[in-house]
Amino acid sequence: MKKVLVIGGGIAGIQAALDLAEMGIQVHLVERLPTIGGRMAQLDKTYPTNDCSTCILAPKMAECARHPNIALHTYSEVTALEGDAGEFRARVLHYPRYVDETKCTGCGECVAKCPIRVPDDFNMGLQQRKAIYMTFPQAVPQVMTIDAEHCRYLQQGKCGACARVCEAHAIDFEQTAQEQQIDAGAIIVATGYDFFDPGELSQFGYHQYPNVMTALEIERLISASGPTEGHLIRPSDGRPARRIGFIQCVGSRDVRHQRFCSAVCCMHSSKQAVLAKEHDPQVESFVFYTDFRASGKGFREYVARAREEYGVTYVRSRVAQITEDDIHNPIIHYEDAETSRPAQMAVDLAVLATSLIPRPATTSLAYLLGIEIDAYGFIKTDPFAPVDTTRPGIFAAGCCRGPFDIPESVIQASAAAARAAAINI
Amino acid sequence: MSHVTMTQNEETRVGVFVCHCGSNIAGYVDVAAVTAYARTLPGVVFAQDNMYTCSDGGLTEIKTAIKTHALERVVVAACTPRTHEPLFRDACREAGLNPYLFEFVNIRDQCSWVHRLEPEAATQKAKDLVRMGVAKARLLQPLEEQEMPVEPVALIVGGGMIGMTAAVNLASRGFQVKLVEREPELGGMMLRLDKLYPTQDDAQPLIQQRVAEVRRSKTIEVFTASTLHAIKGFVGNYDVTVRDREGRLSSFKAGTVIVATGARVFTPHGMYGYDGERVVTQLELEKQIADRRLQIANCNLQPAVSNLKRVVMIQCVGARIPERPYCSRICCTTAIKNALELRELNPETEVYILYRDTETQGTRYEAYYTRAREAGIQFIRYSLDHPPQVGEGRVVVYDELLGAKLGIPYDLVVLSTPLVAQEGAHELAQMLKVPLDEHGFFLEAHVKLRPLDFATDGVYVAGTCRWPSHLEETIAQAYGAAARAATILTKEHVTSSGVVARVDESLCRGCGRCVEVCEFGAPALVEVAPGIKVARVNPVMCKGCGACASVCPTGAMAALHFTDGQVMAMVRAALLNQK
Repeated sequence: MKKVLVIGGGIAGIQAALDLAEMGIQVHLVERLPTIGGRMAQLDKTYPTNDCSTCILAPKMAECARHPNIALHTYSEVTALEGDAGEFRARVLHYPRYVDETKCTGCGECVAKCPIRVPDDFNMGLQQRKAIYMTFPQAVPQVMTIDAEHCRYLQQGKCGACARVCEAHAIDFEQTAQEQQIDAGAIIVATGYDFFDPGELSQFGYHQYPNVMTALEIERLISASGPTEGHLIRPSDGRPARRIGFIQCVGSRDVRHQRFCSAVCCMHSSKQAVLAKEHDPQVESFVFYTDFRASGKGFREYVARAREEYGVTYVRSRVAQITEDDIHNPIIHYEDAETSRPAQMAVDLAVLATSLIPRPATTSLAYLLGIEIDAYGFIKTDPFAPVDTTRPGIFAAGCCRGPFDIPESVIQASAAAARAAAINI
Repeated sequence: MSHVTMTQNEETRVGVFVCHCGSNIAGYVDVAAVTAYARTLPGVVFAQDNMYTCSDGGLTEIKTAIKTHALERVVVAACTPRTHEPLFRDACREAGLNPYLFEFVNIRDQCSWVHRLEPEAATQKAKDLVRMGVAKARLLQPLEEQEMPVEPVALIVGGGMIGMTAAVNLASRGFQVKLVEREPELGGMMLRLDKLYPTQDDAQPLIQQRVAEVRRSKTIEVFTASTLHAIKGFVGNYDVTVRDREGRLSSFKAGTVIVATGARVFTPHGMYGYDGERVVTQLELEKQIADRRLQIANCNLQPAVSNLKRVVMIQCVGARIPERPYCSRICCTTAIKNALELRELNPETEVYILYRDTETQGTRYEAYYTRAREAGIQFIRYSLDHPPQVGEGRVVVYDELLGAKLGIPYDLVVLSTPLVAQEGAHELAQMLKVPLDEHGFFLEAHVKLRPLDFATDGVYVAGTCRWPSHLEETIAQAYGAAARAATILTKEHVTSSGVVARVDESLCRGCGRCVEVCEFGAPALVEVAPGIKVARVNPVMCKGCGACASVCPTGAMAALHFTDGQVMAMVRAALLNQK
């Protein structure tokens, strides 16, 4: 029986792996981070149904962990590829967790004792985590990982508090990176996307003004499992944010940055405005948009509800600049398309809907796999063979191809599974 | 522990696991108190709380407790059975317990989340719910799952690009495919297209190549000019009858079904002066362009043959209006495609596209929009407050950006109309027992994570019968649906749930109300003696919803796992006046 190598353990990689596994094909699922789950795990709710993201994702993650046809390689990366379609040979590097996966029970005693705090990437640095950590509670696998860069023992040779309290004797400071060869008939790339850093757009004051945040930061704030347990508060003073401005196309549809449209931001800003209102009835939201793009299933109806039932105001405009007043209220300066006049609005919180961009590592991965990237840095695919890359036997799904919403990514993942399975007979 | 076993020998041994769900539950409900309370309930010999009962560690603890404490019933009080019940059932199964001896108590979605402001009341409610769950658990019975063989044949309804793409993929993996197309020819909507966006490639070579692949395949059987006449059965085992235009019937068995019947272009009768001559639809324009190109090729005409000076395209005609609120997704790009073709035929032709929002999302379509603007196509934004007026020789539109009224003389007006539900979608949906949305498009099982599945096992959907989508997207859907179907077709057996309805034939008087009410066609009346009929339930088709049990006038029909006895025990437990 031949196998398929799936690179990337977000929702696209998970769906592709599960479809293949259910077809009786052996899958190696390689994820760079300590857990699968990807971006979807960071989301609070999902439009247009407002389903809790983790609640619908976690069962699929658990299924990946339990499926007899799926071998999970978390905290691992593909470092080399030889061979051709039908007989690829990949080298996979497993980074040391310094925790024995087979022994760790995920009980968290070590986390309680670890003295080192570092910014928590999963929560966009809005809170801290320990140097030994589980990325989020539903992580798969349910084991701890030591962040070697910050671990006092690994850096300075002293501490070892985690090892002392671990009843399972799972801490292993001697672990080293391990390399493994994986044979696969086909490969699916599902490495996802990154977010554009709005610091590059100084007019929006992202790094300057505390109450200017990105959409993903807000997503963590409104999440019940996030750093504020769902309270949407202003970073400057901890007061609830009651008047929120959402700035669309930050870095997108912009010749100086991303020429493309990021496809999901009109909807995720609407969703965040709805969720903010659900959390606190006093919230008023304003969405500053260029063209409102909502052509997915049920999207226009969702936006109509946002407008009518949740009182979200949509302002067709171009935002020129954000400044702030003396109490850190962001002031949005925009040209109102209705009147063609400049206008300004003071808000408690300004949220930047930043572009979905290719991960920087996509280029090197594409080079390593011998596939091409497009003009923007996404994996190149053909409009009429949408999940085929430029190399036979290698397929791509989800946001490594471009910006897509979750259902589109899931569809592409199933499609890639079908294409890979056909190669793989 | 052996001491407990000795003294409570007759009692069913129940174990209770109460989940913190991080702070989702524990932030509002006193989980330790609920756990302690559970220990006091009749039958409970073991109770513990877990940070995450669904974690690997939590599941291992359940399995260990089943063995160590000889548990006969397991109750988990946690998030929701909607997502997590299969996980806990599997844990029971792995520990040797019949998975239906498990009861889920929902103390998150239906308790902690909705009573955040009243933690004490939430804790009391969690106790009440656990008490009810334990009362039911003691009466649970082991249920049997049925294994049925799978017919490795896919039925695909719709022989357009999408149905054919799915067919070719499945055939290449060795599965038999039965492809049913209503028209005499394979190809569907793409037969009527001239060019494809965003490449301006010719549509016909691509579709004809796919037709040839289908025709070449030895494992695809094509039924053209045919429709689905009848389908009975269930996942893995469908009996299908197809009827052709002469009324001839063909029958075969199939294991899965893919619905790919496409959509129809809305005809804008009575709108914007639509007459099919000077005011036409995009599809009619596309045919004119194709005919013109043919003329050019045949008559050696000069390239600049289109004598159209000005063409005005109006977007959202019949879409994003109160009676049809959705955006049809493909009309902006279709307009751009035809506008570029008009400019190609005659670079002197001015094209104006009157739009509301340009729906050119992502990389490819935004680039396409840019290309259109660079090609000199004029985009003018209008709003529903001031819709364009098509007059004699002139379209008047209020330009939202300019804030002024414009009068544009025209030779041709082109109306961009939405895709609407295919004819016959309703009948097909009824036949397959799958739902449609309020617009008549097929409704998938879950809009986020099961976009190509129906709630009915073994039936899948792809293409514009699901939702207006770009060709690129629908091709992905075709492959995706093929993958989903293959997850069934590769299996030798499908397993049905044990939670089904069962008839006590001695009580059944054959009234047939269960047959009427069942959405899944599971019960059927069977003549057991001359003139005496009773209902019988096909367990593989039954979803265990209980609709039949609730209408049964004699109490003959029982919804297993939700029997009257079990439900009454819960009700009694709920009414127990606990402190």
